[in-house]
Amino acid sequence: MAEIRVETITKTYPGGVVALKDISLTVTDGEFMVLLGPSGCGKTTLLRLIAGFEQPDSGMVWIGGRDVTDEPPRRRGLAMVFQSYALFPHLKVFDNIAFGLRMHRTPREMVQSRVDQASELMEIQTLLSRYPSQLSGGQRQRVAVARALAMKADVILMDEPLSNLDALLRLQMRAELKRLFQEVHATTIYVTHDQIEALSMGDRIAVMRAGEILQVDGPMAVYDRPRDPFVAGFIGSPPMNLLEGEVSADGVAVEGNTLALDERDGLRPGDRVLVGIRAENFGVSHTRSSGALPGRVRVVEPLGSHLLLTINIGNQQVKVTTPVDSAVRGDEDVWVMVKPGSVRLLPATR
Amino acid sequence: MSLQSASRRRTSPERMLAYGATVLLTMFMITPLYLITIAAFSQRASVFDYPRALFPTQLSLDSVSFFLTTHGILPALERSLLVGLITVALSLLLGCPAGYAIARYPFKGRDLAQLLLLSVRMFPALVLAIPLAVTFIEWRLFDTLWGVAFLHTAMALPFTVLLSASVFVRVPGELEEAAMILGVGRLGAVLRVVLPLSVPGLAAAALFSFVLSWNEVFGALILTRQSATLPAQVVQSLSVSPLPFRFAGGFALTAPAFIFIYFMRPYLFSAFRGVVGH
Repeated sequence: MAEIRVETITKTYPGGVVALKDISLTVTDGEFMVLLGPSGCGKTTLLRLIAGFEQPDSGMVWIGGRDVTDEPPRRRGLAMVFQSYALFPHLKVFDNIAFGLRMHRTPREMVQSRVDQASELMEIQTLLSRYPSQLSGGQRQRVAVARALAMKADVILMDEPLSNLDALLRLQMRAELKRLFQEVHATTIYVTHDQIEALSMGDRIAVMRAGEILQVDGPMAVYDRPRDPFVAGFIGSPPMNLLEGEVSADGVAVEGNTLALDERDGLRPGDRVLVGIRAENFGVSHTRSSGALPGRVRVVEPLGSHLLLTINIGNQQVKVTTPVDSAVRGDEDVWVMVKPGSVRLLPATR
Repeated sequence: MSLQSASRRRTSPERMLAYGATVLLTMFMITPLYLITIAAFSQRASVFDYPRALFPTQLSLDSVSFFLTTHGILPALERSLLVGLITVALSLLLGCPAGYAIARYPFKGRDLAQLLLLSVRMFPALVLAIPLAVTFIEWRLFDTLWGVAFLHTAMALPFTVLLSASVFVRVPGELEEAAMILGVGRLGAVLRVVLPLSVPGLAAAALFSFVLSWNEVFGALILTRQSATLPAQVVQSLSVSPLPFRFAGGFALTAPAFIFIYFMRPYLFSAFRGVVGH
């Protein structure tokens, strides 16, 4: 049982760089929380504060109902997987995995069984007598995870654990880690700048920018209902289209056309907003239908599973994905339809 | 296979030049040492031969045994060894924590501290030794092994601090953090992870301290009367001793450094490779 609670944390680095501005976040017991953001957004600083490597200027860190703000890392009941794996080069794989258990004076048979268990989970039983320098990148990654698992800690922290793997291996490890953490049921905080990794693994995602948490939500909510233009632009590939618009009596006006709205979040006619629409929620047709916007196709990019179109609507540009069999050519006038219920309004402050 | 062929292909003019320069430099260093060594192991009369034979025909331990049995030489050798070991222990014990602080903590005035450390070496031993002798007399350290060892430690420390700092810097901070997460404190992380990984570099620092202490004459000469170290003892009697004695003494002064370097060689090379490469 370990809930992680971060309360109103502020951290400024020497030289006046503000790393975290008044951050509060609660990770419930057993949850897989992803901290997502571009480099320099403070996500790693937040993780290091929770680990105890950094001290906040103000604010508190609670783990499992205990105030650990002033506790050293070893008294916080954590395990951690580092970006560089941080395997001890002078110890064999077995001793790497056993290191923490031995530091906690675990009985010898227990060490043996825990190492066996962890290495079996990560499928590295055959590597136990090797040194880290004799392992491939993927194998080192597995050892690093096994070392964390062997601690049976209530909380596991991971700092971009997959970023040093090549693309194919990353894809495979991602799925494997996800399956693993569903079994382990530890409270996990996972730092990444890769939005696909965040979407695929997180129970919830905290999107960060410039020392602030912009939105904390489940993966689909963060993708489909971003509350901030930055979140809309950072998540998804291509990012969500953001069009300038103005709330009107019967919907929202974009480039002189009106799109229907389901909800208007307390906005009044005349308010300037950003209209967010995902690329896959557009449809393209040569014939006019009600609610369709006139556009001109600039670029057609076949991407195998679909076509990616760049379409000008008035003075604004949108990315649209369509099935590969759609008969669209470049420099062609088309009608762009919007899937009902897919229009999101975002604050126009950029 | 591919490695071999790659190195064979590189038998270029530049490579030949580099080898040539290396051979020349090595000759420059090794010739006097070689001459001292064969003179020390030749028959005593042959020392006066001219031209000197490059390859001794008749080896003899006469000179060396004469040197070693000379009154006061063996005890001086023992003292030198002790002073050297104390110097190594003290300079590592004091230098490593300082080096670690420089490597890990970005404290105010860190660059200045490094500069000041080196400035200790600016003062000639002469300037230091006289006031030091006065102070040591007051502290009852004069004419003791500890007194000499303290001076040598002070001389070795700047190098020990800076070299150990450069060694510690190369141990990734994440390794220490990993150890700390797994259940040790800062000190435990240093003892169990940082130090084991730093053995080569620290061995180089130890080697340097020992050789410095073994070869240091001036301070040892001034700070001692009865308990002179070997170089001080040899220097004291140099002007009144026969030539074979001087060669044997010269050999005795250089040999331990060579033995030490021979055993430390793998560590030394990897330490310097770390400083130069990567």
